[in-house]
Amino acid sequence: MGGFLLSKTILIVIIFVITLVIAMYSTILERKFAAWLQDRIGPNRTGPGGILQPLADGVKMFMKEEIIPANAHKFLFIMGPMLAMTTALMASVVIPWGKSLKIGDFVMDLQVADLNIGILYVFGVVSIGVYGIMIGGWASNNKFSLLGALRASSQMISYELAMSLSLVAVIMSTGTLSMGEIAAQQSGWHWNVFTQPLSFIIFIICAFAETNRTPFDLPECETELIGGYHTEYSSMGLGFYLFAEYINMFISSAVMATIFFGGYNMPFLDQLGLAPNVEALIGTAFFFGKIAFFILFFMWVRWTIPRFRYDQLMNLGWKVMIPLALVNILITGSVLILRDHFNF
Amino acid sequence: MLTLSNRKKVMEQEKLSFSEKLYLPVIAKGLLITIKHLFKRKATIKYPEQTREFAKVYRGHHVLKRDEQGRENCTACGLCAVACPAEAITIVAAERKPGEEHLYREEKYAASYDINMLRCIFCGLCEEACPKDAIYLTDRIVETEYEREDFIYGKDKLVEKIDQRIDVSKRKIKSEFYQPIKN
Repeated sequence: MGGFLLSKTILIVIIFVITLVIAMYSTILERKFAAWLQDRIGPNRTGPGGILQPLADGVKMFMKEEIIPANAHKFLFIMGPMLAMTTALMASVVIPWGKSLKIGDFVMDLQVADLNIGILYVFGVVSIGVYGIMIGGWASNNKFSLLGALRASSQMISYELAMSLSLVAVIMSTGTLSMGEIAAQQSGWHWNVFTQPLSFIIFIICAFAETNRTPFDLPECETELIGGYHTEYSSMGLGFYLFAEYINMFISSAVMATIFFGGYNMPFLDQLGLAPNVEALIGTAFFFGKIAFFILFFMWVRWTIPRFRYDQLMNLGWKVMIPLALVNILITGSVLILRDHFNF
Repeated sequence: MLTLSNRKKVMEQEKLSFSEKLYLPVIAKGLLITIKHLFKRKATIKYPEQTREFAKVYRGHHVLKRDEQGRENCTACGLCAVACPAEAITIVAAERKPGEEHLYREEKYAASYDINMLRCIFCGLCEEACPKDAIYLTDRIVETEYEREDFIYGKDKLVEKIDQRIDVSKRKIKSEFYQPIKN
């Protein structure tokens, strides 16, 4: 029991640190990548090649004065960014980071909790994340913040629907809700993206909307709403919101990699005949490679596609995404029934 | 329909083709365009480490020249100040005392010679007006300062040091179209 607690604690701390570091370095990567796509160089003054820039930004955020507007609801105003940050960090619990490691007799799972309702848990936590944005924008007592919060909540609720529906098809074909099992099923080349491509496309589009990234960054669009829900925030409150966005991006990349791209499974790795522990670690590294690809893809899209108009966003969500997801469920169901019937 | 000017054009928005309605192929096309820029040469020049090459005829920070024996060329005739369209030059003239022949070339010299670098438009008319080969614009950059007063350059910043001569040969090569008036 002691070993169990210790291993889980170590794992949680490691994941926590990795998540924060990746979120931190996503900020510099975002700026660098934006610069490269625009034929510029990007920040390169702090440290070699600018790698200390996130630290400088962090110090700046901490040092700034925390301003709470006079007419803001103080408790909720402080609560907003905390909630956004907490929920963003919570979702990483069910993600399987790799195969289990064997240290002597002790087996260490590289997953904090293999809940049998893992996918439901992710959706539950992500939907609480809306409250962070909504409460923060509402408590600011600023019309731009309120508009941003309104947009955020309606956008996230409508896209969450399509997102969950797109995953229903995956759940039907895999027959499980547990993230660990879904990842384990996709060994070799049996990635779900090949059996459920439509589901993946719907999921990735909805992931863009869920994380408030361009082309769906209406809640915080600078050109229309100044800063959207975080207009009134300063210092670390603002930092938490911005940080939560990057953590969300990391987590949704991890979820995408787990559910659709085989998680920690690397094709042909089991044929090399390596020691199980080494194999597990290489698998984990490959998993992080997939996550990095998706994070880069998020940024790549950001600097390619302009923002949707709000009615276009709602049209796309309700009139395209949800019907498509329903059709996808129908097709998957029919194929499953036919397969049972004809035994192929 | 006939209109008065006959220039009216009825614009008709073309209907989107099927692949455009799908969005995704068009988005993929856009993504390809942006990713191509990742491998292109960057236009940025990392300034303090790298500098852009100046034009041969670049007009920057002025210099007041000395002759071969280290005497100031300027005789405070004031032609540069008259020529200056921005009225940036202020000169106070003085008479050379006996024993100062090694300092000033002629009997009259500039006791003070100020150029306000904030007024100066670096047109080079002072250089053109100068009959004594005294003032030249060089390819040095006027440095940034915090106070407006610091931009008024006196003789301490303008006159070249005896041991650090400033090369103005580039400014002496005139364009082939330039014909100096001979008398």
